[in-house]
Amino acid sequence: MEEPLNLVLFSGTDDRLQAAAVLTAGAAALGKPVHVFLQYWALDAFRRDRIERDHGLAPEAGSEGRVHVDDLRRAGQVSWAEVLRQAKDLGEVDIQACSLSMDLLHIDEADLDPLVDGVEGVTAFYLNAGAGHMVFI
Amino acid sequence: MPVLEIAARVDARGLSCPMPIVKTAQAVRALAPGALVEVLATDPGSQRDFVAWSRSTGHELVEQTTEGAVHRFVIRRK
Repeated sequence: MEEPLNLVLFSGTDDRLQAAAVLTAGAAALGKPVHVFLQYWALDAFRRDRIERDHGLAPEAGSEGRVHVDDLRRAGQVSWAEVLRQAKDLGEVDIQACSLSMDLLHIDEADLDPLVDGVEGVTAFYLNAGAGHMVFI
Repeated sequence: MPVLEIAARVDARGLSCPMPIVKTAQAVRALAPGALVEVLATDPGSQRDFVAWSRSTGHELVEQTTEGAVHRFVIRRK
């Protein structure tokens, strides 16, 4: 079986989540399994009632970066949440919430968007990661 | 050149990476083996992406042409 791509998402800004969604969908299109582990601010962005909100951009974007991102959005760029939905439709994409971050942010599983498949600890994440690449975003 | 019979079309013009590949992969999934899909894309990365995707998945890239800013691909499902 093909080794999975393992993405640890920490940042909750739209630009980093968009980059993560692109990596996820690309791998899914190639038939590569993807395991996504949501920590801290990335997990917060996956709350059911916040997922479609504006989550800002990474500090290095600056005001010029904001303009470029807005231009792309106006040109019809698909949101990161929608890219992830398409990726899940296409391939084997498993999205898990980090249990520590759930405690930290006082999030219940019922608060999370249906994109999230479950809650797990870091040991389970490592075990499922196999020998696949690990990327931290 | 023989005329190819296209079974499905994907209009990915205006879509940014990775949606042209995602939409194509979804369309190919619905095809019978050996059937053809035609894709139009304006994403500048799509030329390299479709070559890589075909090589990796085993679906055949039958045609690849560019007219202005529009790239056209014909892919045969394996």
